[in-house]
Amino acid sequence: MNAADSGIVAALVFVAVLLQATVFASFDVLGGTPDVLLLVLIGVALLRGSVTGAVAGFGGGLLLDVITLDTLGLTALILALTGYWTGRYGETTGRGRSHAAILAVLVAAILVALAGFFLHFLLGEEVSARRALVEAMLAGLGLNLIFGAPVFALCRSLLRPRAGSERAVEVRLLG
Amino acid sequence: MQRNRTAKSAVLGIPVRRPASRPFTSRTSSALRRRIVLGLLVLAALVLITISFRETEGGPLHSVQGAVAGLLQPLEVAVNRVARPFEDAYDWTTGLFDARSEAETLRRENALLQQQVIQNESALQENVDLKRLLEYASAPSFPADYRPLAAEVIARPTSAFEQEIVVSVGSADGVQQNAPVVTREGLVGQVTILNEHAARVRLLTDEQSAVSAVDLRTDAGGIVRHGQAGDALVLDRVRKDAVVSVGDEIITAGWRSGQLASLYPKGITIGRVTYVGQLDTDLYQQVQIRSDVDFSSLDSVLVLVGRKPAPRLP
Repeated sequence: MNAADSGIVAALVFVAVLLQATVFASFDVLGGTPDVLLLVLIGVALLRGSVTGAVAGFGGGLLLDVITLDTLGLTALILALTGYWTGRYGETTGRGRSHAAILAVLVAAILVALAGFFLHFLLGEEVSARRALVEAMLAGLGLNLIFGAPVFALCRSLLRPRAGSERAVEVRLLG
Repeated sequence: MQRNRTAKSAVLGIPVRRPASRPFTSRTSSALRRRIVLGLLVLAALVLITISFRETEGGPLHSVQGAVAGLLQPLEVAVNRVARPFEDAYDWTTGLFDARSEAETLRRENALLQQQVIQNESALQENVDLKRLLEYASAPSFPADYRPLAAEVIARPTSAFEQEIVVSVGSADGVQQNAPVVTREGLVGQVTILNEHAARVRLLTDEQSAVSAVDLRTDAGGIVRHGQAGDALVLDRVRKDAVVSVGDEIITAGWRSGQLASLYPKGITIGRVTYVGQLDTDLYQQVQIRSDVDFSSLDSVLVLVGRKPAPRLP
């Protein structure tokens, strides 16, 4: 990834964090909120691979932790793993598939909710499982799918898809 | 040196050229790099979580966090200001959508509250009634040989032909057959049918009711029966020479003759005389009385339970 790409990714993630923390966090629909940072992260990871996804996730998560004065590293850990997984998915089985982004959003949103709940539980914070894993997650999933299309379109226009330089050989042979 | 081998496709049966395999070390190093990056990020995150969690509020990491958050604050404020009109528009729109369901919820709450108000008023009225009954029970005019048993009216006459009510006390509470039933205003009737936890009371206004009564002022005797209309009562069998005047209070006679005794104790108010008349051809005077008891809206009554065994026919 060149310097220009890095700058675009950083700017995208930074803006997404700001918007998530200030605007979209209060955009409550049926108990859920859209996760624009997650959507940007998925877009970046699908277009630029697992390493970029992991670094973007870590950076974005850390920034969000700072802004929201949450436990530092908590969101960073979750989003770094999410970025890495999404990137690997894009590099392997998801590449070239039209439903890859939708599937990535569904899986990532569920895993992020589960991981968030688990980590907060481990840290001894009071979290309602029903609220976090049923009500907020279902509504959030729907919103993420709705918001996904414009966010991915933006990511795609800013980060042009590259030729398959990191394409997994074994997947190409089997596919 | 690499070999460019050819092979036949199983499906199409045409020879295809296999691509030259990449150097093994390149793929390995790429995967290794990925894993190292991920490992370092995870490690960094875990270290941050641990320090952030264990550190006090004034610790260095929190200070850095606060400083960076402070730096970003103007940006957040700016974004908030830009987004505020859109948020307001969204809130206004969702408010419109919510208005209908909110109105429905409020309507339901209103109905519930109205019901509650009615229940409270009913309870208040019941409280007043019971207090009045208790006052009556502790008054000197209350029959000495009886103890009061407060009862709630749980069923009322279902038709004009049936002048009976059901009260919420029964034999388990000590109620006996033919026990008198009263209110503060006067005599109500007597228990006719009894079970363990309820009793049926025949009202004074029933066709079959008959109570020995006397004029409190002149001691003129007679029998109180149901009158011609509604809750009207008549004092029957009053001799022509007996003195009865309008406004006289009629009370139960409570007679006793040997082992026989009236079912009603002496001195319970029945009503006041509203009309006195006589025809030359009549054997008795025509005396109409009016009870102060509102027989159509009885809510609570006192059942009199005898302290002595009830009188029995020999």
